[in-house]
Amino acid sequence: MRSKSFIIETLQGDTGGRILIAILLCGCVVFPVFNLLVPQSSAFHISTYLVTLFGKYLCFALLALALDLAWGYCGILSLGHGAFFALGGYGMGMYLMRQIGDRGVYGDPLLPDFMVFLNWTELPWYWYGFNNFGFAMVMAMFVPGLLAFVFGWLAFRSRVTGVYLSIILQALTYALMLAFFRNEMGFGGNNGLTDFKDIIGFNLQTDETRAVLFVVTGLILILVYLFCRHIVKSKFGRVVVSIRDAESRMRFIGYKVENYKTSIFVLSALIAGIAGALYVPFVGIINPGEFEPLNSIEIVIWVAIGGRSTLYGAVLGAILVNYAKTRFTAVMPEVWLFALGGLFIFVTLFLPKGLVGFFSDLKEKMEKKA
Amino acid sequence: MSRFSKMFEGWRGERQWSAFSPEINSREFIDLSHGTLLYLENITVSFDGFKALDKLNLYIDKGELRCIIGANGAGKTTMMDVVTGKLRPDSGTAFLGQTINLLNMSESEISEVGIGRKFQKPTVLENFSVFDNLELSLHSDRSVKASLLARLTGEQRDRIEEVLEIIGLQAEKERTAGNLSHGQKQWLEIGILLIQDPYLLLVDEPVAGMTVQETERTAELLTSLAGERSIVVVEHDMEFVRSIANIVTVLHQGSVLAEGTMNEIQDDPKVKEVYLGSSETSS
Repeated sequence: MRSKSFIIETLQGDTGGRILIAILLCGCVVFPVFNLLVPQSSAFHISTYLVTLFGKYLCFALLALALDLAWGYCGILSLGHGAFFALGGYGMGMYLMRQIGDRGVYGDPLLPDFMVFLNWTELPWYWYGFNNFGFAMVMAMFVPGLLAFVFGWLAFRSRVTGVYLSIILQALTYALMLAFFRNEMGFGGNNGLTDFKDIIGFNLQTDETRAVLFVVTGLILILVYLFCRHIVKSKFGRVVVSIRDAESRMRFIGYKVENYKTSIFVLSALIAGIAGALYVPFVGIINPGEFEPLNSIEIVIWVAIGGRSTLYGAVLGAILVNYAKTRFTAVMPEVWLFALGGLFIFVTLFLPKGLVGFFSDLKEKMEKKA
Repeated sequence: MSRFSKMFEGWRGERQWSAFSPEINSREFIDLSHGTLLYLENITVSFDGFKALDKLNLYIDKGELRCIIGANGAGKTTMMDVVTGKLRPDSGTAFLGQTINLLNMSESEISEVGIGRKFQKPTVLENFSVFDNLELSLHSDRSVKASLLARLTGEQRDRIEEVLEIIGLQAEKERTAGNLSHGQKQWLEIGILLIQDPYLLLVDEPVAGMTVQETERTAELLTSLAGERSIVVVEHDMEFVRSIANIVTVLHQGSVLAEGTMNEIQDDPKVKEVYLGSSETSS
């Protein structure tokens, strides 16, 4: 009963959020049911391919939510969120890798294939514990969080803001990409981690596991959404928005701006880490390509197109843009990046508040007329 | 290179690590035994050789309302930057009361200890209601943890209502601050400072761009606030200064040129020469 009233209170005045959660809940029922229970011959059957695809979108939506928290609400234009996402992904990847056990090509009970291939004889110390699911998940959040904390603490203390911060974060993700490409790092180098078999005892290739993964991802997205909404509505959230709008005012009121910025940045990185960890079982691979600077820029575009500082706008943007990407790249792969760039320019010029802002403005106009 | 060094400019201000300096958070520590609240002595600030402040000495008494005038570039805003911790002077000392060394503290610590600053351009939290503006400025625990769990108490609500009454914005309390008129924003900003119970208010050009009626109201507001706390007003509007100030300080090229009542100042030959005689219309 208490939790119910908590949800109602959190979603008060958040129509977009209520619609979003309703849709997500429907999706969590419709997708698995129509995938598993409706026979393949039926027109209503949802293929496993689609379940996986939309599962991926949900992970991206979670990632967009994370960025919206930092960018939309605190004005931290992070061009490095892809790095936190990828680190979370590597956390999950390492767990899945350890689960392969002796079923690898080389049949080594302890070492993953790529280590045997490199003639390594023991497991590096940082791989210890990753055979435990709980530990791996904690690390998938802890490592991005720690990186964000160290980075944020240094950057915000010395008052690095705006474009400089964005560029440094972009460099950070690029540096991590180069590091993870190296075989000596012990993360599979160029090929990354792949060939996963099962997750907590369930075979990753079966339709049932995928459907469950889909539902779990959807539910986590809803929970994180509620959590973010709660944060944003709290006094903390209002302080953060005020820092975005009038940083020096807040400083002279007596708030330690750097602490607030670091907190929201770390929180955002944690969520990005969760998104990355959920993403890996869907795609079955994690490699240094995920650190690519371009990925981080794409996340910003999703949020900008959906609409900043609304939370549900970010989710909408991520799903729409990625759906468009899937469609577009199937037809004319070479045009996609131009289309994305064009879309970004269009949104910046004509829809500064994104799609969500456009529709709410439209609604206001209609109400005025009526 | 210059752009690079600009990026790390903040380091200068951040030299003092809070972990190494004793925690100053209790207000009882302000020692006013000599009746003087703010001591600025021999403050020098230079930007690339240009001396914005040149051995400035300034003392503000408890409960005083002091006006500071001076031509552009006389160092008025720089002086405020030093007091509020935005700038570290090259030399000199700044004390609040007998014991609190302002030069060791960050902006937020200085605010915490009881110095509030109003900017030249009205700076309020535009996205929030007038009420929220005051709520966020309440003198309370500023830590991240406290802000996550904060709930408004009845006492705090009363305090907000009280300040709303003082600044005359009760009727506007639900309005978004961004939609207020220029004058109302100025008053709200004064309210934001007031609700923190400061010992010293630094007010930068409060009546710039205000109508005559608004200016009068602001003058009333500021005079009514002095006494309990000290107020330093930087202003160009001579009529306004005349209407509120007992003592006026004239700054010129980074140091004090003259100090006294408005009449004394106007009769001062040095002041006539460099300030009143040249540009400002005297009455």
